[in-house]
Amino acid sequence: MMKGLKKWRLFSLLAVMMVFLSGCGEDYLSTLKPSGEVGKQQLNLLLLTTVIMTLVVVIVSVIYLLAFLKFRRSRVGENVIPKQVEGSHTLEVIWTVIPIILLLIIAVPVVTTTYKFADVAAMDEVDEEGNKTALTINVTAKLYWWEFEYPNQGIITAQELVVPTGEKVYFNLKAADVKHSFWIPAVGGKMDTNVENLNKFYLVFDKESKDLKDGVFYGKCAELCGPSHALMDFKVKALSPDAFDAWVDAMKATEGQTADKASTDLGEATFANSCLGCHAISGSGAGGTPGPNLTTFGDRNRVAGFLEHNEENLEAWIKNPEEFKPGNLMMNAEGTAPIYGNLSDEEIKALATYIMGLSVEK
Amino acid sequence: MSSYTQKKGFGATVWDYITTVDHKKLAVMYLLAGTLFFAIAGFEALLMRIQLMKPNNDFVSAGFFNELLTMHGTTMLFLAATPLLFAFMNMLVPLQIGARDVAFPFLNSLGFWLFFLGAVFLHLSFFMGGAPDAGWTSYASLSLYSPGHGIDFYVLGLQISGAGTLISGLNFIVTIITMRAPGMTFMRMPLFTWTALVSSALILFAFPPLTIGLLMMLFDRMFGGNFFDHTMGGNTVIWEHLFWIFGHPEVYILVLPAFGLFSEIIPTFSRKRLFGYSSMVFATILIGFLGFMVWAHHMFTVGLGPTANAIFAVATMAIAVPTGMKVFNWILTIWGGSIKVTTPMLYALGFIPSFVAGGVTGVMQASAPLDYQLHDSYFIVAHFHYVIVGGIVTALFGSAHFYWPIFFNRMLNETLGKWTFWVFFIGFHLTFFVQHFLGLMGMPRRVFTYMEGQGWDQFNYISTIGALMMGVGVIMMVINCLMSIKGKPAGRDPWGDGRTLEWAIPQPIPFYNFRQTPLVRGLDPYWIEKQEGNKEGMTYAEPIGDIHMPNNSAIPFVISLGMFIAAFGALYNPDADKPWSIYILIGGLAITFGAMIVRSIKDDHGFHLHKEEILEIEEQLYGKGGNK
Repeated sequence: MMKGLKKWRLFSLLAVMMVFLSGCGEDYLSTLKPSGEVGKQQLNLLLLTTVIMTLVVVIVSVIYLLAFLKFRRSRVGENVIPKQVEGSHTLEVIWTVIPIILLLIIAVPVVTTTYKFADVAAMDEVDEEGNKTALTINVTAKLYWWEFEYPNQGIITAQELVVPTGEKVYFNLKAADVKHSFWIPAVGGKMDTNVENLNKFYLVFDKESKDLKDGVFYGKCAELCGPSHALMDFKVKALSPDAFDAWVDAMKATEGQTADKASTDLGEATFANSCLGCHAISGSGAGGTPGPNLTTFGDRNRVAGFLEHNEENLEAWIKNPEEFKPGNLMMNAEGTAPIYGNLSDEEIKALATYIMGLSVEK
Repeated sequence: MSSYTQKKGFGATVWDYITTVDHKKLAVMYLLAGTLFFAIAGFEALLMRIQLMKPNNDFVSAGFFNELLTMHGTTMLFLAATPLLFAFMNMLVPLQIGARDVAFPFLNSLGFWLFFLGAVFLHLSFFMGGAPDAGWTSYASLSLYSPGHGIDFYVLGLQISGAGTLISGLNFIVTIITMRAPGMTFMRMPLFTWTALVSSALILFAFPPLTIGLLMMLFDRMFGGNFFDHTMGGNTVIWEHLFWIFGHPEVYILVLPAFGLFSEIIPTFSRKRLFGYSSMVFATILIGFLGFMVWAHHMFTVGLGPTANAIFAVATMAIAVPTGMKVFNWILTIWGGSIKVTTPMLYALGFIPSFVAGGVTGVMQASAPLDYQLHDSYFIVAHFHYVIVGGIVTALFGSAHFYWPIFFNRMLNETLGKWTFWVFFIGFHLTFFVQHFLGLMGMPRRVFTYMEGQGWDQFNYISTIGALMMGVGVIMMVINCLMSIKGKPAGRDPWGDGRTLEWAIPQPIPFYNFRQTPLVRGLDPYWIEKQEGNKEGMTYAEPIGDIHMPNNSAIPFVISLGMFIAAFGALYNPDADKPWSIYILIGGLAITFGAMIVRSIKDDHGFHLHKEEILEIEEQLYGKGGNK
């Protein structure tokens, strides 16, 4: 009877916890609504530890409240001198052993999962023709923006990561300037991008992102990296494998795409004069440009990673990037003027239209 | 009339405090300085919470927000919590072990002035071109990149105040080992003295790695040392290791004395000796030891590899065991006792569930794969504030009420105290409980703003309301302290249930503490004497005789002042347009070393207080025939 009662309690606790926790947050951002194997296992660990720990808190609080209510001086009498107990070996043993058992219950899945998440051996596997079998993406974190290079496909993009669903996607993580940390909360835990070494890990994306509110998962920088740390967001588009392959092909097809200084389009000419030195508009090739690759700008979800995606915001951004992302490297060293010099309002307007038109999906 | 009891003018009083080596006056100075910095850092926290009250707020700028978060963390840990605990350690440890003062009164004063002037130096950064802005952890890649002198203020200020902390830690170790009264064996020491000893030992081992790290950072920033510059073969992960090898024990340096304070409050107001005293001592030592084995749990996401992560995860979980022992021992102390809910006891009672809640989230974060989600999110912010506010700040507030009569011979107002507790306690849970969920919902920490539509608005708003309540609580506390100036003298053992030696001493406490060194006949010596009906209060180990006391000295202040001046020279030395800085550096160091030479050459044997003078002082303090 007692045993049944206890089980029922534990079960109801678990159920309440599930309902309570899953009520929290948005499915494109919350660790409580994961869309991938890694995040799901982390949520399982969270639930396991939360249940055990809540149990501990409840038991401690109950004993403590009982003690507190039973032994008030107003109840035991003003002049009573309580028995001066030294301690109890039995009790000491009990409250040493029980926590150890609880911790062991947690420690076993923790250790196995730690090794599991660190297993990136498949990154180096090749098929008969010597091609890598797994999808690897090189992530470079730079002051307030993200570069995503697909070395096996020979393509590159920025700010918006595009991945296929249903397979392990491997990441090489590095920072170009100061330390950042790569985090997609709704898909799985983070890993730091260090300045001196490559970190490797994998994530799995279960769900296509097109049904989410903005059609993307939100990604965050999780390590303080300067004034605009809070604004160093990126977005993740998870596509079906077929759609992903189509996207890769479309990216490859942009090889050699460039802007012409002599173009009759004022936007393109301005881009060629003022922007092309830092921003590439071909998605084919390797990374390392000073500014984010803009090939897919028109397909993106945000201007500068966090502003609503429209031409007004883009114009405002070009006019004064410092106002939106303090400390960003589009400004001169003093942070007083953009490095591309002065552009007229007309030029900026044309430029915004041109950049918005850069797309591989439309 | 004795010269010791004459009223002094204002100038003479200031001079007295600058030159004092008396542990009780230094305790008061630590208390005041710590409270000042606690208020500043708390104000910084409020500014941050107001900024985060609603999405896309522009109350403060991004750069200033980073300065605020850096200074809030740095100040709270190094310049508020540490000195406030030092205030209690300074006041109580010599009294609890029946000593006349600490082992090295001169060093005690030096430690204070180094801490204080280092702290002042750090805070001047706000007015001299910007405060440090790389977080209290000051991770190397960002701190080397940071323009201006903010990080230099951080490095130099912490170096100076850290030296002060190290000196004080050494002093406490020697005091507790060598200056215990007859009969005060190690296993009869009050638990607060035990925690002070273990925490000082942690300081001894934890501060050198910080000193080295800061020195390397100083070299990198002043002379292009390249210890941490990866483009020149340096390594920033080394900084993270050095910082956390210090940083994790630092948490225990602060929380162990807090445990000790509660281990004094709970038995007193339960009228019952501490349950499982010896296992409490064992748990304290074990926590101190394990505290050095777990630093890499701050670095699970750095990429140290699965083996390191797994080992540090399990080691971290192990700390929960001795901590749990402590919690259960406190509860069992209450069990079967006679609980009087005074304000200090209220804080102790509020502490137990809050701290347990903070502890269990610690175990969750020790689970490395889960920590990949929790690390650097608002979850960790919630966790460490539950530990630090729920554990350390409640200890400080509760102990301020508890020990106010020892410090100032006055009581704090109990009614106002209880109101303060409820306002602060509710505000605290309101602020930090919801932050667990903000973290789980994907909010990174150290962000100066957030966009709408991420589901974070409501909880951030609640959190800010809670923070404002905490602010009100602190103001009420300060008002209570100020009001006590007008209060009536509290006298000896004002709570009526004092157990340890500090309650046996008559109030106001003469500068030489116990007239005769007490004889300790067991754990809780004063309780034993009271139970046996000893009207005198204590049994003494010696007849009234001459007392040897140290002389006051201005040299500790001068040594520290020299360092303070030299720090400005070092700060501006890398600037090409400030050639005068080198002379300031040399001048400051000359003052410091000059003062050290004077101290070394000049003999200072202190002085003897004769029996007649003692009796005269006591007659002044307690009236004719009083307290024989």
